Amino acid sequence: MAEIAIKGVAKRFGGFTALHQVDLAIADQEFMVLLGASGCGKTTLLRIVAGLETPSQGEVWIGGRRVDHLPPRERGIAMVFQNYAVFPHLTVFENIAFGLRMKKLPQQEVERRVNRTAELMHIEQLLKRYSGQLSGGQRQRVAVARALAVEPDVILMDEPLSNLDALLRLEMRAELKGVLAASKTTTIYVTHDQVEAMSLADRIAVMHQGRIVQAASPVEVYRDPAARFVGSFIGNPPMNFLPASKAANGGWSVAGLTLPGPRSERQNIEFAIRPEDVDAGDDGLQATVRVIEPLGPHTLVTCDVEGGLFRAVLDSGATVAVGDRLRLAPKPDRIRWFDPETTNAL
Amino acid sequence: MSVAAEAPVAVAADARRAGDWLLVATAVLLCVWVLLPIYLLIVNALSSPDQVTAFPKRFFPSFDVGSLSFFINFAGVARALWNSVLVATLTMILSIGFGAPAGYALSRFDFPGKGTFRFLVLMTRAFPLPLLALPLAVMFIRTGLDDTAIGLALVHTTLALPFAVLITFSLFSGIPVELEEAAWTLGCTRWQAFRKVILPLALPGVAASAVFAFTISWNEVFAAAVLTIENRTLTAFLLQSLGESPLYLKFAGGAALVVPALIFIFAVRKYLFAMWGIANR
Repeated sequence: MAEIAIKGVAKRFGGFTALHQVDLAIADQEFMVLLGASGCGKTTLLRIVAGLETPSQGEVWIGGRRVDHLPPRERGIAMVFQNYAVFPHLTVFENIAFGLRMKKLPQQEVERRVNRTAELMHIEQLLKRYSGQLSGGQRQRVAVARALAVEPDVILMDEPLSNLDALLRLEMRAELKGVLAASKTTTIYVTHDQVEAMSLADRIAVMHQGRIVQAASPVEVYRDPAARFVGSFIGNPPMNFLPASKAANGGWSVAGLTLPGPRSERQNIEFAIRPEDVDAGDDGLQATVRVIEPLGPHTLVTCDVEGGLFRAVLDSGATVAVGDRLRLAPKPDRIRWFDPETTNAL
Repeated sequence: MSVAAEAPVAVAADARRAGDWLLVATAVLLCVWVLLPIYLLIVNALSSPDQVTAFPKRFFPSFDVGSLSFFINFAGVARALWNSVLVATLTMILSIGFGAPAGYALSRFDFPGKGTFRFLVLMTRAFPLPLLALPLAVMFIRTGLDDTAIGLALVHTTLALPFAVLITFSLFSGIPVELEEAAWTLGCTRWQAFRKVILPLALPGVAASAVFAFTISWNEVFAAAVLTIENRTLTAFLLQSLGESPLYLKFAGGAALVVPALIFIFAVRKYLFAMWGIANR
């Protein structure tokens, strides 16, 4: 059992606050992805869990044990670094065996575990090589094997795929997911790549400016962003936002359209819809087509709605031309509303 | 294209060619400036005593070891050579013993006054040794350090230490901190991580830095001449006794000093470049 609890963790570097009072609970065997743009504090949070950084305040619990005063070696964790950190003076075998030798396991057991993890990561033919003789993808496999070999309670991964080329990244992503699910290890995985986050995570914690904005399943984060930032950060292209003002009948007026919406004290709120959640038809938001990008499976159309940018994903069969006036009807159950002051969902 | 337009192009090409020539000529001149004395030194050291004093001078060595063997058997040379090696070895141990931890601290930790510290380390080289020589000599006599190998090694260590600090600093900076962190997460204490990961990677560079400290001590003459009387190092001994010795002995002595230093520096040259950040490893 190794659930992780992060309680009120804050980190300040001099005058700069990298993390504000972060709380996060991660269940045993859960795959948690910390997602955010660079500088949002996700790596700092991971390093605090690892023990490579000391929190300015707050507590970290792993498996029911408070660990924030313990050095990394006593926390039952293993970490995979962005630049792999494969020891260049040791063979692949000795790299994977490193943590096992530190635990003073008998040679037989070391060999058994190294061979098993090497097989798991498909690097058994590389065991005698040195890091300098490996490609980036192979080094990454060694780094993961080294972390798995010690059979940690928790695996921490800091952007492990970001130094790989696109094709390899896709391949490793699927493989990592399989290997980690089979190992039943609690995982925290840091990335700035939303596709990676969506495809790997049991839950995604979206971070922004040192805070966790939303921690939920990938589908929920995508469908029901808790804050405007989440909607604008996740999704490619991101969510569309339009100003909405209170209409007479208790609805909200958006670009000439009156829609039923939430109750709010405010006169003006924000309407939001994902680009794929609109249908071109006879009724809806008035849009003037500016740019058309045929992407194969569908066509991305950038329009002008009430002077603002609005993107719509249309069927690839749709016949539109630049300058066309479209009517884009938002799917009623996919419309989201945000408070412009707090930026939270309404 | 008109002739008028072609003329400036031709002039520019000529100027560039002239510039190239100037560059090559300057490089050759500088090389000759440095290499010719060393060459003549070696030619004469490898010639017999008669050939050295004869005229016209030879430009090719006769590979006669007469001068060298006379030098080796010259009274006091063996002892001075032993002193030089002893002092240089002590200097090497002290410089690395103090310099490598300082270099590691500079590369791994942020502490107040770090920039000032680096600057001060370098500034010690700007302090003229002659100014210190007299007070040092007085102090050494009072403490009984005068005329001892350890006393001279202490002075040489202050000369070699800045280089030891800067070379090891660049060396440790070239080793990613993630390697150390990975070792910590895999069960190492700070010291174990250093010993199992950082030290094996840094060792060739640390050895080079040690050799450089050795060379600094080996070449140093001023402090050696002032602070030792009986236990002279080779440089101080030669300075004292070669003034009134025959020409071939001077050449042999010079070669005995220069050649080892050249070999040492040549062996560690890439780490000396690294010190200035031109190349990391």
